[in-house]
Formats: sequence, structure tokens, C-alpha cells
Amino acid sequence: MAVAAPQRSSLFPPAVWTGILVVTAILALLPILNLTFADGSALHISSFTIALLGKFMCFAIAALALDLVWGYTGILSLGHGLFFALGGYAHGMYLMRAIGHDGVYQSDLPDFMVFLDWKAYPWYWSFTDHFWYCMILVVLVPGILAFVFGFFAFRSRIKGVYFSIITQALTFAAMLLFFRNNTGFGGNNGFTDFKRILGFTITAPGTKAVLYLVTLAALLGALVLARSITQSKLGRVLTGVRDAENRLMFVGYDPLWFKLFVWTLSAVLCGIAGALYVPQVGIINPGEMSPANSIEMVIWVATGGRGTLIGPIVGAGVVNGMKTWFTSVMPQYWLFILGAIFVLVTLFLPQGIAGLVRKLWARRSAPRAVAKSVTGEAS
Amino acid sequence: MSDPHSTQEGSDLTPAGTPGYGHVATGTVDLSHGAILYLEDITVSFDGFRALNKLTLDIGVGELRCVIGPNGAGKTTMMDVITGKTRPDAGTAYFGQTMDLTRMSEPQIAHAGIGRKFQRPTVFENHTVFENLELAMKMNKGVKATLFARLKSEQVDAIGATLALIRLEDQAYRPAGLLSHGQKQWLEIGMLLMQEPRLLLLDEPVAGMTDAETERTGELLNELRGKHSLMVVEHDMDFVDSIAQGGIVTVLHEGSVLAQGTMDEVQADARVIEVYLGR
Repeated sequence: MAVAAPQRSSLFPPAVWTGILVVTAILALLPILNLTFADGSALHISSFTIALLGKFMCFAIAALALDLVWGYTGILSLGHGLFFALGGYAHGMYLMRAIGHDGVYQSDLPDFMVFLDWKAYPWYWSFTDHFWYCMILVVLVPGILAFVFGFFAFRSRIKGVYFSIITQALTFAAMLLFFRNNTGFGGNNGFTDFKRILGFTITAPGTKAVLYLVTLAALLGALVLARSITQSKLGRVLTGVRDAENRLMFVGYDPLWFKLFVWTLSAVLCGIAGALYVPQVGIINPGEMSPANSIEMVIWVATGGRGTLIGPIVGAGVVNGMKTWFTSVMPQYWLFILGAIFVLVTLFLPQGIAGLVRKLWARRSAPRAVAKSVTGEAS
Repeated sequence: MSDPHSTQEGSDLTPAGTPGYGHVATGTVDLSHGAILYLEDITVSFDGFRALNKLTLDIGVGELRCVIGPNGAGKTTMMDVITGKTRPDAGTAYFGQTMDLTRMSEPQIAHAGIGRKFQRPTVFENHTVFENLELAMKMNKGVKATLFARLKSEQVDAIGATLALIRLEDQAYRPAGLLSHGQKQWLEIGMLLMQEPRLLLLDEPVAGMTDAETERTGELLNELRGKHSLMVVEHDMDFVDSIAQGGIVTVLHEGSVLAQGTMDEVQADARVIEVYLGR
């Protein structure tokens, strides 16, 4: 037989695997250095750095989730901040219950409920004192919302900018809902002032280190999961949705279920990212649902490189690193700089950082493998 | 309504539908009356414009039917109706004796065994030629089955056989976006064949092709004759002449059938000359 099955590498090429594992090992070492070496030692890593990196890794999971729907399936969501925030709120409910009597009013109820003169928890706060129940909510709430919303949107064949605008409206509507005190989620203050998680003091360096390591593991797990999906035949169908949805339908795939699968999965990943974010930053409020936050996520993905998975992770780190620096040096200019990043990336780096790296790599190895690059580069 | 050509050439097809087909599809095509497609009094209007006007047409099992007609005659709309993209305002469309196409979705119709090639070639440009054929291959196309799908060796062989038929064996691992226009058209036909369709709809398969490519496409369609029922919509009269080979040619005009017969009969028809050939 002249034609053989194509060689399909398992997940990543060896060089990329090495890179991922080295970076993971370094990131895993940092909180250990933070705990073992005292302030002033050359090997000390500040708690600020750990907190910052922990936060960035949560953003990286969200960027990865967005890349699955936008980069691979061509569905641009401008409302992924909603799923992030919902995951955060679901975890936040447990953290609020875990405060116990240590709130300002020494009550069974969270301070904001005492303030509203509520006498008991509303029904939807039932069982939220159980950690694992809240962890189930972290998955189910964004997942079910995404499934129901996606089902109707995709069944009606809403596509392109129309879909993006609706997702934007959805997160905006949710933000207004959560701003109301009567919604029962703390109004514009949201949830804050957490004391402990699973009995451990939430501000203790050890707890912080564990949260950081759990986030790192979640990021690595999400990357492997996303990569194994995009490398499967289902991944090729998703790219088919992006490139030629009509052809896909006439070939016999129903795009509805494929879109719904990746959309729901993406929302769940985003919710998990939000749930990891809240205990590390110590607050969740409706501001996380503001349209600007969701748009920022899109910029992380665009900067890192759509449809590359690793790119958006890097993009989330780079853009947020710049945000951290600029908002401390010249806070009033940050939004202009963010806009400039987006414009520059769109004009000069349409494939993002990942595309740039790939191009430089190809140029470096070009003399050695001319034939290879001729077929690989023309696209 | 079976014409003599189709019954002779399609004799290897058992009329009731062979087992093996349709084990994934929504049902088996009932071909007991020798016709694979019936359109009756189909009417489609867009904002008052009648794209199809009481169109009645049927296609026999194993037949290669050419459909010609001037621009705006309703050829593409007819294909849209057959493949479920457009719902008719009135009329019936049946695939075999039992499948009502007006009630089925595009993927259901594709599973039932109707493959469609678009006027402009549409292939998955970022996938290799091999992957394009793999995606099109007839199998369970649900989400779960797709997620865990692994290529079996007989499936690789089936892809190889199709690659040989469409003469793209040496292009198997190139992205489809790098193919020439003609090669994309062949790939698209190959993708249709991977679906193991009963009926193939080809919308202008030689549009924009070089003479050599056109000739090769003619050969390809002649190889498919009898194995599949084919409906070819085409402008190029020489090409139609080369593949019709005494079969029936249908002339559409203003959304309905103007004339039907062999190429010679049609070309001699005064009305056809007036609206189409004579100009």
C-alpha cells in the first residue's frame, strides 16, 4: 500500500515536553524557596512573587480555556469572565461559610447578610458549608449555564460577531444581577475577608504555597487535557468547524454537539480557574464580570497566539506581567498600553508570540531542512 | 421511472439496499421502485422571487444525470433543497421511497447517503489531504465516538484507495490549502466518496479547471458511473456532452424543467435553443 497512516506524535514533540517539564519544575520550586529561605537570603523568593505567579497561572488556565473555543473552534467569546467569576463565587460561598463566627458581627451569617438584616441563609446557600459540595458547584454552575446558553445559541446558528456580542451582553447582565444586594452574593463588595480553607489559615505561607502548587497542577492538567483533545479526531472536527462549517455538516457531522462540547468544557475550565483564583487573591466581586475583563482575556490569547495552547498561557503571563508593572509605575496609562498591545499584535504578530517563536525556529533550522520548510512554511 | 441505461449499469446494486450500508445512518434507502430521488412540485421563493417553480424531477438508481440551465435557473437552489439547506415552500422531496428530505437536517441527509460538492471547492484547508478524507469517512460521527476514534488499518486502506482514484497519492500529507484549484475539486469528490453515498450531487465540478483537469474529471465521473447515482450541474456543454453518453440531460429554466432527453434531443429542442444554447 502506497499510503500509510500519518505519524501522530503522542501529545507534544520531545523538545516541547522538555520545555514544559523544566518550566513546571522551576515554578514548583519557587514556593519551596519562599518557605525555606528567610527574607534577605539570596535564594529567597518573596511572597509577593508567589501570590503574583499564582494569580497569573489562574489567568493562564482561563486563557487556555478561551483558546479552545476561539483559537481552535473559531467561536469568539467576549464573556468568559462570567464563567471565571461564577467558579470564583461558587468557591467563595464555601470560604464565606468557613469564616464562621469570626466576622465583624460575630454572627452565623456572613457580614453582608447581617447588614441586610437577613435572619437565615437563602435556599441556594444550602450545603455550601461543605467544601466538596462547593467544588461540585464550581464545575456545574458554569458548565450548566454554558450548556444551556450554548445549546440555544448554536442551535439557532448564531455565529461570529453576533455570538460574541451576546456573550458580552450575558456577562454584563450577570454583573448587574450580582451588583444587587438582594441577589445574596454580597452586592458590589462581593465576598472577602476569608479566614480559612479546610481548617487552614488562608493567609499562612504554607496554605498559600499549597494553593499555588494546586494551581500549577491544574494548569498542567488543563494543558495536557486540551492538547489531547485538539490532537484527537475531535480536534480536527473542531478546526473543521472553524474553517468550513458547511462542509462539515454535509460530511455528516452535526456542529451543534461539537461546539457545545468544547464550549461547555471551556466554561468549566474557566470556572476552575476562577475557583483557584479567589482564595489566592482573597476577594471576588461583580467587577470580575465586567465586559472589560472578558476582553482582556481575549487579548491574552491574541498576544500569546491563537490555536497554540501554550501561546495563550505565555500571553496571559506576559500581558499580566506588563499590567502589574505599568499599573504600579503609571496606572493612568495602562488601558492605553493594553489597547496598543492589541493593535500592535494584530498588525505585526497575527500569530502572536507563539507564531513569532515558530517563525524564528523555522529560520534557524531552515538551512538544515530546506525541503521540510518549503512544505511547512507556505501556509 | 427507470431509464434503460441505469437499470443495465446499476445492476450490481440490489434494489432494496444492501446490508452493510446504513448501519450508522438513520435508515436504509428504499430503492424498490428504481428511483433514488423524487422531487415533486417543489417551490421555493425568496422575497417573492420564485427560485424554484413547481419543479418535478426524478433520478434513477445508478444514473448519471446532467442538469444544465442558464444562470438563475434554480440549479443551486435545487441542490440546497435536496441537501436540507433550504426548506421548500411547497412540494415533496423523497430520497428512495421513504425518506422525506424536507424533514431532515443536513447531517442526517449526509448520513442517509447524499453527498454534495459545492460550486466553489470547500475542503478543510488546514488539514492534510489524508485528514480531509479521514474526516469524511463513513463512521459514527457523534462527539464521543469522534473523541476516541482511532484509525484501523482497513480504514487507512480505504483512504489509500480513494487517494488513488482521485490521483492525489503523492499529495497525501500536504495541507489541502496548498492544492491547486482542480486538485481541491478532486479532493472534495474524494471526500464525498469516503461517505459511501448513494447519490452524489456535483455543482459545476469543472468550473475554473484547465482543459487537462477537465478531461481528468470527466474520466473520474465515468469511473463512478453505475457505482453511484450522480447528478451533475454544469455550464460547460462540451463537458456535459463527454459525460452524458446518451443518458438523460435535464434543462432547467426559471425554476422548472424546460426540457428533458438525450443530449441530441435537448440540443434540437427549439425552446432550449432560445433560452440557453442559442445565445
